[in-house]
Amino acid sequence: MAAVKRPPLPVILVANDLLEGDVVYAVAGGWTRDPRQALVAGDEAAAQALEAFGATELRQCKVVDPYLVDVQVGEGGLPVPRHYREVLRMHGPSVRRDLGKQADFDY
Amino acid sequence: MYRYDEFDERLVRERVAQFASQVERRLSGALTEEEFRPLRLKNGLYLQLHAYMLRIAVPYGTLHARQLRQLAHIADVYDRGYGHFTTRQNLQFNWPKLKDVPAILGLLADVEMHCIQTSGNCIRNVTADHFSGVAHDEFEDPRPIAELLRQWSSLHPEFEWLGRKFKIAVTGATQDRAVLKSHDVGVRIVRDPATQQVGYQILIGGGLGRTPMVGKVLREFLPREKLLSYLEAVLRVYNLEGRRDNKYKARIKILVHEIGIDAIRAKVEEEFAAIDSPRNDVDPQEFARIAAFFAPPAYESLPDVSRKLEQAQAADAELARFVEHNLFRHKQRGYTALTISLKPIGQAPGDATSHQMRVIADLAEKYSFDEARVTHMQNIVLPHVRLDDVPEIFAVLRAEGLGTPNVGLVTDILACPGLDYCALATARSIPVAQALAEHFADPAKQKEIGDFSIKISGCINACGHHHIGNIGILGLEKKGAESYQITIGGDPGENYALGELLGPGLPAELVPEAIDRVVAVYLSQREPGESFIEAYRRLGLAPFKAAFKEIADAVA
Amino acid sequence: MLLLDRQGEKVDSFAHLQDGEKIAGKTPIVPLAALEAELAVQGGAPLGVLVENNVRTAELEPYFGTLALIAIRFPSAADGRGFSLARQLREHGFTGLLRASGPLFSDQFPQALACGFDEVEIPDASAARQPVEHWLAARNRITLAYQHEHGLGESILDLRRARTLEKNLNGAKNV
Repeated sequence: MAAVKRPPLPVILVANDLLEGDVVYAVAGGWTRDPRQALVAGDEAAAQALEAFGATELRQCKVVDPYLVDVQVGEGGLPVPRHYREVLRMHGPSVRRDLGKQADFDY
Repeated sequence: MYRYDEFDERLVRERVAQFASQVERRLSGALTEEEFRPLRLKNGLYLQLHAYMLRIAVPYGTLHARQLRQLAHIADVYDRGYGHFTTRQNLQFNWPKLKDVPAILGLLADVEMHCIQTSGNCIRNVTADHFSGVAHDEFEDPRPIAELLRQWSSLHPEFEWLGRKFKIAVTGATQDRAVLKSHDVGVRIVRDPATQQVGYQILIGGGLGRTPMVGKVLREFLPREKLLSYLEAVLRVYNLEGRRDNKYKARIKILVHEIGIDAIRAKVEEEFAAIDSPRNDVDPQEFARIAAFFAPPAYESLPDVSRKLEQAQAADAELARFVEHNLFRHKQRGYTALTISLKPIGQAPGDATSHQMRVIADLAEKYSFDEARVTHMQNIVLPHVRLDDVPEIFAVLRAEGLGTPNVGLVTDILACPGLDYCALATARSIPVAQALAEHFADPAKQKEIGDFSIKISGCINACGHHHIGNIGILGLEKKGAESYQITIGGDPGENYALGELLGPGLPAELVPEAIDRVVAVYLSQREPGESFIEAYRRLGLAPFKAAFKEIADAVA
Repeated sequence: MLLLDRQGEKVDSFAHLQDGEKIAGKTPIVPLAALEAELAVQGGAPLGVLVENNVRTAELEPYFGTLALIAIRFPSAADGRGFSLARQLREHGFTGLLRASGPLFSDQFPQALACGFDEVEIPDASAARQPVEHWLAARNRITLAYQHEHGLGESILDLRRARTLEKNLNGAKNV
């Protein structure tokens, strides 16, 4: 298999919790539902470590579909994805501001 | 309506237990994600942008009050208090948790419902004309064969691992309200002109998606008792010969396109000849058993016209508009099929809250012989309403935000969930639908425009049927932003047509104005009594394209 | 490889060729391409053949009487062509053993049996995650079918017919 192209740095690791389905972001040694806590990998070694963590957690039936998302670090340390799809995913439905992470974490 | 017997019930209960076991084995690692994924899909469970999504089958769109109330209950207990009615007459919940799904399936089984084959590469939920059994132009109620097909296709051991999904639609009416020509197989009930015998015309190879194809006639007349054995032959030919090398070329429409309708017909007929035997015929007793569930309800003998409704209409302009747009002519004198629009201006098309589901359940029970229908247009129909009762029903609907009088009008917009929910989407659909509805909200303007369909998909897979909208809108990604391609001239009915591209993609904020320009061309050039689609066919693409270009050029 | 039939794990009396060689004491399973040559030399001894899932039934039909086993290869669990092929072979009169060979998983066991397979042969990696008990449990999870299972007559349709018959008989008795 050809090497999967990694997105440009910095990156965060996103996945779905297997049991709940919620979108989760990797932190040191675990996961958070709060994107503001997401561990931002600024160099190649850190990005590889995130990727390896995702693969392990997938094998151990903790999460589904882990992948790296390239971000910019914005105001207050909130990592903001460069692609609009990932921004929507980080917020929740744009047509229902009362649902999803935007409501859970009030941002 | 069909009711389960002990065998239907046991099968669904066993399927629930089977799914619970599949979840357990996924969590233990006995099943890998690659193995589990198709298993959860075959039970309607997707992993979407924010959460799991559960798609519940509403076979041929028919529901009774108890089922609607149970859906409302599930929405409240296991989801976020609402559900989304889809373009395939199903219902989706957007926020269930995997650990709760077995419990949800149990609650569904309690009211004779399930999620079997609402996704995955298998035979999907069978859809039907939403006015089945009540339409004035109907030859025969197609729901008995829809139910027969539901049973035949459920957990069919040979066809659980097809190359791709397989969708069947049925109708028994002159006017095609089930979009037969965009299905893998379309079944139309017909009478053989030679023998006067009732049977089926079989269409094959229609589909939307990235390669839209128009369904073609495979068999002009199939005798009634051969329906299942013939479809078994169709499915076997597809399973054996359909492409497996490329999932975008794996639908039966591609096979039909590549080898031709005559070659497909020859293969199907050869297979059918081998399968055809009295043992594989539809058992007339079983057909009669199923058909008996769909016998017309105990209608009263009523006059054609309701004075009560006429008087109420004269006193209430909104009711008059509702009557004009949301009622459909019934077979039975003094009755009507009433459409509840799930397209209030500014709301997400097809969404209903649990409270609204309960309101509709109450109305169905009180006024419509305990029956409601889901339409592929994402609305709900009360199929057997006395004209006399329309004012009372409308009063309830209006109070609950369900009285929008826009069926078939420019604001009755069909839209998939798009990127607000869907993991496959490339752009959002719902905000575009909302902006368009707001733009054309004025009832006088809507009436002036008349029959008009806008259909929006958030990706090339075309769940929003954009190819067959009078105006079709397809959301794509262009240079890292959402961009919307607009087509014109699509038609889902008798004059089935795929839309033509008007020009380059536009950003969302310009879409309403662009459509406004297109509408203006129609309004200025139409002949008396001519609908938008008729005018388009007469005028051709050019004048609309020119008007559209003015907007597109402003972006470029 | 794990070999299973309706009863559970099974000792394989057949063996695929290894590096083109037969295994002593086992009935050989030869690839379809080698079938003609093998038939020419084997002198009437039992024989099996391994086929891909896109082989035509008509290609195999002339050998139905001579073959003790046909193994249909499943390149992946999601590729269901083998199910239709099995059905077709049975409907065209093959009465020998039918084997599904490939990475199927336990939930597909009842489907394979219903389509006319007698046994499945799965790779060790699959068997490690899904031991024999999983396969036997899968077999009994859904006890009813709307479709006729190969070789069995107890579809839901048959059960409904029997129920109607019984009702009519009881009705007749009461008269």
